[in-house]
Order: sequence, then structure tokens, then C-alpha cells
Amino acid sequence: MNAKEVREMFPILNQEVNGHPLVYLDSAATSQKPTPVIKALDDYYRRYNSNVHRGVHTLGTLATDGYEGAREKVRSFINARSTEEIVFTRGTTTAINLVATSYGRENVGPGDEIVITPMEHHSNIIPWQQVAKVTGATLKYLPLQQDGTISLPDVEETITDKTKIVSVMQVSNALGTINPIKEIAAIAHKNGAIMVVDGAQSTPHMKVDVQELDCDFFAFSGHKMCGPTGIGALYGKKKLLENMEPIEFGGEMIDFVGLQESTWKELPWKFEGGTPIIAGAIGLGAAIDFLNDIGLENIEAHEHKIVQYAMERLSEVDGIEIYGPKDRAGLVTFNCDDVHPHDVATVLDAEGIAVRAGHHCAQPLMKWLDVSATARASFYLYNTEEDVDAFVKALIKTKEYFGNVFG
Amino acid sequence: MSLGNQLDTLYRQVIMDHYKNPRNRGELEGDSLNINMNNPTCGDRIQLQMKVEDGKIADAKFVGEGCSISLSSASMMTQAIKGLTVDDALKLSEIFSAIMLGKDYDEDKFDLGDIEALQGVAKFPARIKCATLAWKAMEKGLNEQEEE
Repeated sequence: MNAKEVREMFPILNQEVNGHPLVYLDSAATSQKPTPVIKALDDYYRRYNSNVHRGVHTLGTLATDGYEGAREKVRSFINARSTEEIVFTRGTTTAINLVATSYGRENVGPGDEIVITPMEHHSNIIPWQQVAKVTGATLKYLPLQQDGTISLPDVEETITDKTKIVSVMQVSNALGTINPIKEIAAIAHKNGAIMVVDGAQSTPHMKVDVQELDCDFFAFSGHKMCGPTGIGALYGKKKLLENMEPIEFGGEMIDFVGLQESTWKELPWKFEGGTPIIAGAIGLGAAIDFLNDIGLENIEAHEHKIVQYAMERLSEVDGIEIYGPKDRAGLVTFNCDDVHPHDVATVLDAEGIAVRAGHHCAQPLMKWLDVSATARASFYLYNTEEDVDAFVKALIKTKEYFGNVFG
Repeated sequence: MSLGNQLDTLYRQVIMDHYKNPRNRGELEGDSLNINMNNPTCGDRIQLQMKVEDGKIADAKFVGEGCSISLSSASMMTQAIKGLTVDDALKLSEIFSAIMLGKDYDEDKFDLGDIEALQGVAKFPARIKCATLAWKAMEKGLNEQEEE
């Protein structure tokens, strides 16, 4: 994979920001979009925009084929058994909320346990807090090791026969930790619990196989993997989805509507009330084609090289503290001397470099790290070693700048 | 070394001085108005305490976590409101909002002093919320005690 050639396919990267070439290091927040994805959206709206599953007319058929074709692409991308197991959602948050609200409230009771980790994104914490509140269940946290990883003996100890749901992120958006989902899922199943996976940060960057992981639910977002915003998917094992009630009711999701009662469509449409996210799904399908053409294994190898290079270059700078394990996904979360991460991000921005500063929607993790905020540089297939060099150079300037004003 | 004029308009010397040596940092003893406020988008936090006597702000102190802009703004704010009537403190807060929005403001009534150094923040929209956190806490505390 040649990152410089890949870059050419992302028109947004070819610009100057504040008088400097843009160095985009915030892909963990949202990735940039390649030309084929932008074209797919444009093509849909120009040529065959129409509602799905109802029009007898030609455009309606084209739109339905595009939408359902995208579902098959998602199925194949994560290796689900059938498209019945793929529900389109607004993103990871909506997908996890669907599981929590529909499955969680029905299958969890007083005295039961839900197990998550302190490194979770807020979207994989709050839905479970709400389930615990409503059902009288206990929300338990797996402990973290010093380097921000999970140890399997701890998992064995924390998950008990009272545990009904275990929900863990596959890759941490703040630490870069890659969690042993397959092993955790096996322990969950041994105890009669189901395994939910937040795949927002893994799906864009590594090959995901839901059958290999043997998870029960898997949630991810399109916009972090070169797709449009507002589209994501929930994978669920058919047997579980079949027994779950929808949480949104209305058009599209019904089989028959009477005056007092109604019945639902079959899977997966019973969970897709209202006009679905047609353009978004078609755009996500184009993003999957794009990623498959390049190859997830090539993307993973490239990011590994870039993040290792970044860690090495950062270790040459005094006063940089890096959080998380050595072996990590393609992001680096750090603090720089006494300079607050917002100030770091503002100075880097003046140099055309986009990084994230704040709590990364992981306040419990920030508390665990004993910091109020951190800065994060996250990488994707279009980032190069030159990007890392520009980033490190600007970071050194930041230190000098604040060194001077602090005098 | 300079990173360009625009950054220098944000990080003025007086701001860095307040950041490095915050005025009125700490907690008040005895009864006081106590306001906790977060900036949920970035994790900044402030606890502001004010003592109001005879309609005037007799004392104000803060503790908090945040960037140079949010902490220096808190420092300057506490300095500016001490001795003001509650109404004037709220008026000053309105003026500060206008400054942040890059709008014209009537400054005759108040000596803005160090606060004027924060004018540059208006050019950095992502940082305006940092600068206004302490002011919002002050407004909230004073408005709530007026209602009582």
C-alpha cells in the first residue's frame, strides 16, 4: 500500500490550513472520505434518489437494490452469516442503545450484573447505566492493568453466573488498547452471559470476523471507516434478534397494522422504522468496496508502522507522557509538559495539524489516568511518516512557545 | 520564536501571567455562594465561590482544572467582580459575552483592565467556551441567589 497514492483519493487532504499543508491526525473522531464514496452519494442523489421497499417504479427499485446491496457488503465485510443479522443504524451509539433498550431491559433483572470496562467510550457506558437503573441490576467494571490493558484472569474473576451482559470495546479510542474480545466472549458464554462489542475503532482498521469472535452483538459506525456520517450497523445473532422487540415504531417496519395492534416485518427490517438512511448505506457500501480494494491487512500493517514511528519520534521529545500500552492500534494519546491539551491543540492547529484534545468521551478513563484531559493524534491509511514528522516538529515548537511565554 | 501574530493575540503575556499566577485561587471560609460548572465538551471544571454582602460581591475565589484560557479568564473575572454590585457584575458578564462574540461594547462604565487581553479569543471560536466558563458560573450563582 502506498499512502501517498492513497492520499490522492482524499480531496480534502489537498489543502492548506492556517497557511500550512493540512496534516489530519483526528481519524479516530471521524475519517476523511475518498472520492469513490463522495461520488456514490452524488450518483445516488443525481440519478436514483427514491424511497425503498415500496415504489413499484424504476427508481424505487434502483434505490432498494442500492440499499440492500450495501447490507450484503456489510455482511460480507464482518462475515455475518446472513443479511438478516445486519441492522442499519445511525451509528455505534444507536446500535448499542438498541441492544441495551430492547435486549437489556427484557433480559436483565434485579441482582443481575452487567460487566463493562473503565476504558469504554460514553456510548458503551451510559446505555448500561440506564439499563441497570431501570432493572435493578449492578453495573460492574473489569479492572485495568497499569498499561491500560485487560487481563484474562481478571475477566474470569469479574464475570459470574449473575452476569447477563458483557460489553467491551474492541479497540480503545483513547489508549489504543486492542482487547481480547474472542477470549472475553468465551468467558461470558461460559457464565451464560451475552457478549456485546463496540467495534467503532476496530472495524475501520483491522479485519473483523464476528463468527470468529463469536460475539452476540457487534456495533460500528460508517463515518470512521471512510463512509458518510449518520450510518452504522448493528450485527446480532439471528436467534437473539428474532426474540427482540423493536424500539422504534412506524413506517417501514410493519407487517400488518390494525386499529389496536400491529405486527412487525421480518429481520432485519423490524428494527428499521421510518425511511431508512438510504444514501448513507450506499455511501457505506462504497467505503467498504474502497477498503477491500486496498485490503484491511495492508491498512493495519501501514498504521502499525506509522504509530510505531510516532511513538519512537515522540520518545525523543522531553516531557511527553504517552498513555496506553506499547502494542497498540493507530493512535497516540499524550500530554506535553505542563501545557494543557487545549493549548497544545490550538498551537498545532496554527501549524495546520488537526489533533483532538479533551476527554475523548471517556471521562471514567480520564479519572483512571488521573488527568482532566489529554491530546490525541490518530492515524489512518492516508497518513505518512512526513505527517508524523510535521506533528513532532510542531509539538517541539509548542513546547518552546509555552516555555517562552511561561518565561 | 513566534508562531505567527494570530497565536500571539490569543496567548497574550498578561493571560499567561494569570495562568501561571492565578489570582483568587482557593476556597472561601464560611458561608458563600458555591457554583460548580463543567465544560462537558472538553472536561474543564470550575468551582467558584462568592460572598455577597449588602448587594455587593465582597469576595470571590475559584479552584478548577482547565487550559490557560479558562483558568486565566477565571482569575481575571474574580479580580474584576470583587467590590461590584450584583447588577454590575452581571452587566460586566454581558460585556464579556459581547467581547467573545467580537461585538462592539460600551466600556465606559467599567475598567476592563486585564480582561481586554482576552479579546483575541474571539478569533478562535473553538476556545470561546473555555473563556466563558467562569463567567457562566458567576452568572448562574448570582441569578440563583437573586431568585431566592
